[in-house]
Amino acid sequence: MTAAAAQHPLVAVDGLTVEFTTRDGIVTAVSDVSFSLAPGETLGIVGESGSGKSVTSYALMRILDDNGRVAAGDISYSGVDLVAADDKTMRAIRGREISMIFQNPRSALNPIRKVGDQIADVLRQHGMAAGVEARRRAVALLETVRIQQPEARYHAYPHELSGGMCQRVVIALALACEPRVLIADEPTTGLDVTTQKTILDLVRDLAGERGMSMALITHDLGLAAEYCDRLIVMKAGKVVEAASTEALFNNPQHAYTRALIRATPRRGARLRSLLPENDPRRGQPQPEANLRQGDSAAGGQPLVSVKELVKSFAPAASGLPFLKPKAPATPAVRAVDAISFDIWPGESVGLVGESGCGKSTTSLMLMRLLDPTSGSILFEGEDIAATPSGRFPKHPMRSKLQMVFQDPTDSLNPRFTAQQCIADPVARLGGLSGRKAIADRAAELADMVRFPRGLLDRFPHQLSGGQKARVGIARALALRPSFLVLDEPTAALDVSVQAVVLNLLADLRSELGLTYLFVSHDLTVVRLLCERVIVMRAGKIIEQGRTDDVMDNPQSDYTATLLAASPQPPAALL
Amino acid sequence: MDEPAAETALPSNAGFARRSLYILSANPVSFVALGGFGLIVLAAVFGPWLAPYDPLLTDAAIALQAPTAAHWFGTDQLGRDVFSRVLVATRLDLTISVLAVALSFVVGAGIGTMAGYYGGRADRIASRVVDTIMAFPLFVLAMGIVAAMGNSVENIIYATAIINVPFYARVARAEANIRRNAGFVQAAKLSGNSGMRIVGMHLFPNALPPMAVQASLNLGWAILNAAGLSFIGLGVKPPTPEWGIMVAEGANFIVSGEWWLALFPGGALMITVFTFNLMGDALRDIVDPRKRT
Amino acid sequence: MGGFVRGRMIARRIIQALPVLFGVVLVTFLLTRALPGDPAAYFAGPAADAKSIAQIRESLGLDRPLPEQFWLYLKDLATGDLGVSISTGQPVMAELARRLPASLELTLGALLISLAIAVPMGVLAATRPGRPIDHFCRILATAGVSLPTFFTGLALLFIFYYLLGWAPAPIGRLDFAYLPPDPVTGFYVIDALLAGDTETAVAAFSQLILPMATLALFTLAPITRMTRGAMLQALGSDFIRTAKAAGLSRRKIIGRYAFQNAMLPVVTTLGMVFSFTLGANVLVEKVFAWPGIGSFAVEALVVSDYAAVQGFVLSMALLFVCLNLAIDILYTLIDPRVSIDG
Repeated sequence: MTAAAAQHPLVAVDGLTVEFTTRDGIVTAVSDVSFSLAPGETLGIVGESGSGKSVTSYALMRILDDNGRVAAGDISYSGVDLVAADDKTMRAIRGREISMIFQNPRSALNPIRKVGDQIADVLRQHGMAAGVEARRRAVALLETVRIQQPEARYHAYPHELSGGMCQRVVIALALACEPRVLIADEPTTGLDVTTQKTILDLVRDLAGERGMSMALITHDLGLAAEYCDRLIVMKAGKVVEAASTEALFNNPQHAYTRALIRATPRRGARLRSLLPENDPRRGQPQPEANLRQGDSAAGGQPLVSVKELVKSFAPAASGLPFLKPKAPATPAVRAVDAISFDIWPGESVGLVGESGCGKSTTSLMLMRLLDPTSGSILFEGEDIAATPSGRFPKHPMRSKLQMVFQDPTDSLNPRFTAQQCIADPVARLGGLSGRKAIADRAAELADMVRFPRGLLDRFPHQLSGGQKARVGIARALALRPSFLVLDEPTAALDVSVQAVVLNLLADLRSELGLTYLFVSHDLTVVRLLCERVIVMRAGKIIEQGRTDDVMDNPQSDYTATLLAASPQPPAALL
Repeated sequence: MDEPAAETALPSNAGFARRSLYILSANPVSFVALGGFGLIVLAAVFGPWLAPYDPLLTDAAIALQAPTAAHWFGTDQLGRDVFSRVLVATRLDLTISVLAVALSFVVGAGIGTMAGYYGGRADRIASRVVDTIMAFPLFVLAMGIVAAMGNSVENIIYATAIINVPFYARVARAEANIRRNAGFVQAAKLSGNSGMRIVGMHLFPNALPPMAVQASLNLGWAILNAAGLSFIGLGVKPPTPEWGIMVAEGANFIVSGEWWLALFPGGALMITVFTFNLMGDALRDIVDPRKRT
Repeated sequence: MGGFVRGRMIARRIIQALPVLFGVVLVTFLLTRALPGDPAAYFAGPAADAKSIAQIRESLGLDRPLPEQFWLYLKDLATGDLGVSISTGQPVMAELARRLPASLELTLGALLISLAIAVPMGVLAATRPGRPIDHFCRILATAGVSLPTFFTGLALLFIFYYLLGWAPAPIGRLDFAYLPPDPVTGFYVIDALLAGDTETAVAAFSQLILPMATLALFTLAPITRMTRGAMLQALGSDFIRTAKAAGLSRRKIIGRYAFQNAMLPVVTTLGMVFSFTLGANVLVEKVFAWPGIGSFAVEALVVSDYAAVQGFVLSMALLFVCLNLAIDILYTLIDPRVSIDG
């Protein structure tokens, strides 16, 4: 922190405590939080879900939900007391002095109003421009956030724009009145890494040009390290550490900060090193792949062999036959476009790409939940794509192919207990009968994934994210499969939980001799678990090879762009 | 455990009952509704034994008497005791609506869940049928059905059931449809569950809470419908005691000031429907607090 | 989006209504043929002799296969032939056409009144959660839908006619002392005003006011409830948070951003309200002896006048399909997200 910044902070938060009145009584979401923001600096507010980082910013803007209130503390902006300010003063400050951008840009815009008009509304509100001038300025702002054809885009509705474009519009809206402070609340969550980079670079450039101060709220330490001058780390509503970015990474003071830094995957990190200091497995060697018949180089038969696999989706049917144009207006979309690859027994292969690249469609076809348009999937030499997905539950190979799903909440039946979730495949295809035998097997599986037996009678909503992920893994292992598709198994988890789950998956692979296809958007995570990686884009395979080769020396520009876009925390200390 | 300690401290199984009690106590009207509901059920079950007079016994000597200590709700144009008639009618009104709602619940849930899960042709046919029913003003359709099938109490039940089916089918379809590609349904397929098993064991139990809310909100409407049909002379025939027909008979005396003939059966009808609607609201608050209105 | 695309979408909505229309006609036809026993006997009425029954059978084609009967039915419909009412001896079509304006005057008037009250009330409640207006709306929403229309009508009649004497006797659209105005719209109040006859207009309005209030009370609750819910949902959306953070005024946030979005679900569910209103209309007409198509149908039901009842069901359904189509088109015009395939 510079001396000038310490003397004249633009925003000063002191002892902020925020409470919410809920059905379970009063909940303190933020307690005794203090920080300041100097002119021109970028402050990162970092924390995992539920740490109170967003609530802090809402309190600053005074846009808390009706059941929330500032219970104690001061917030001042340029000498104005924001806690005590009347509504009129706050309205003049919001948008004019302090602006905010949000996550989920698409829902952050009024769905039935032209995006240009929404920007013009803000200009008019703050008396920056009126009539035609407001319209002209809005177009100019769209150009500033590098939207092509700004005049035409002025008339677009949010649903006609991509997520990245919507976020640009939200940024234009926030910057319309040239505020002095910008608060960015997880502005790129849900966007692809390449879009994330362009958006954040844009925000940084615009803030720099205008000398704005910025607060970047994020759960991603890598992102914070790359864009912020100073960081505060929050946990359970409290600030645990505040320091310059460099100091925080070189010499973290608080145990939580250390654990967070450690758990964030970065280039060169090993799976074991992600675990917290006190975890006994930290010292153990990295679990090795259990390559039964050698890898690709050693020859032998692949476990899974995909040949010329295609999935095309017909354009939406018009519904009324006599209204259909002679030729279809839009050709069928090829979500997966003639891809071929092999997976050898015991291997762990990463399938990487951005949203819409066809990786999920591919995994659903491999799992026989979706029928391919053409091509074959050989499993242990047999073409399993020949059996339609509707009849596959009765196929003898069914139990050998299993899957761990992305969202642990969505993938567990809310009406089933953990025990029922794990026991369901055992009862259907496990060849066991009798309540006792099935319950014993479920308990055994729970032990295998280190899920406490005492929690087996709980429903999913009574379990934590990491526990739900374990139940999902236990269910996938129930039928003693040889091949598992892991579909972004840690995408919905906090990094500290992700570290533990990734280690569990690695251990299980070597213990049980499993073969993995790890589907992910995150190359850094893939590197931790996979020997080989396949990079997909727009339904095609762009590149495949040994993970280290692909990541250290990418052959395609696209892979290089992906790698460059994924944020990396400094690899200091550990 | 290797998870952060704070994460494991989540509510246990006892939570649901406690939460329900909390939500109910936040809105004391729910308890009043619960009490009222108990009384109505009592009246429906024991009405004939509790009634002080024979509801069909006529006595021209005491015709059109205003409420007295002997006849709490007065007497009608034939000297029958209005209180006994209102009390005894509870059973018939409730039977009609409960049977109708149960019928439409079963049919609607079946059609809706299958249509939502399987999609394609099954969905198109089901949707077309539902849309066609909904293309009629529902009460008018019920009138048409009763007129065509014959003027009887059973046909009132069928007609009320038919016009209610779309509501259940739509809720069940929507519930099944949003979950047909959910992770747990995919996982159920991987576990070897057949389509019918997924519909019955995985989708239907999840659609049940919103359907139950729909049913409890619907019950009051079903009573109103059935009473409306008998008010215009369909279904129940005099001298059977039934609220709708009693109001219809009493209507002729309103303009000459004999208000008690219509007021008491009408009031009983209104209070019953109101009680059921309050129960429905309370149930919805428990099942889905966000939809609270 | 250009006017051409909008035009095509509207055309599409109209075409999409055709299968529904067909379904309605088919169901109505099947209802007439579902009569237990000999339909011809029912259509001919209880007083008919064997000869007239045979004549009816011939004219309805009841001796022919069902698809052919349906074809005949369609042909009759196309020429506006709904059969003859046995109770009045007039063609059903003419009877319905004569009585329709009375029903429409009542229904549309009631809907306008309840919209004018319910929408502002719902908005007020949603923007003042936990305040008295909000509690009042919640009670109204539950109590309002619990009211049996025929009972509220009788209660109003008792209070305002019998006890207070403010309202005229429930004897139809106009007191015998007045002559109906020259028909232009068919609505007595408007026609009388057009003719410059204020006295008749007031008389017609005083007859209208109680039944209209009864019907409006019935629709008030669901519309208030929907508006309040939709408004609350809109106010809780992310884009309202953006608008707040950008410093837009409360008036603009509620009036333009939230209200416009909230009106979309209200417009869609208005169809359901129409359905209930048209049904309740029948009951209200009976209570107030209002000479519309509802009371015509009730009279026909009592004397088993089947042609009249079926004609009534069909015309109500057609009216409702048209109302729904109007809602669909309105929605297409106000929501930019409606796509061609939607």
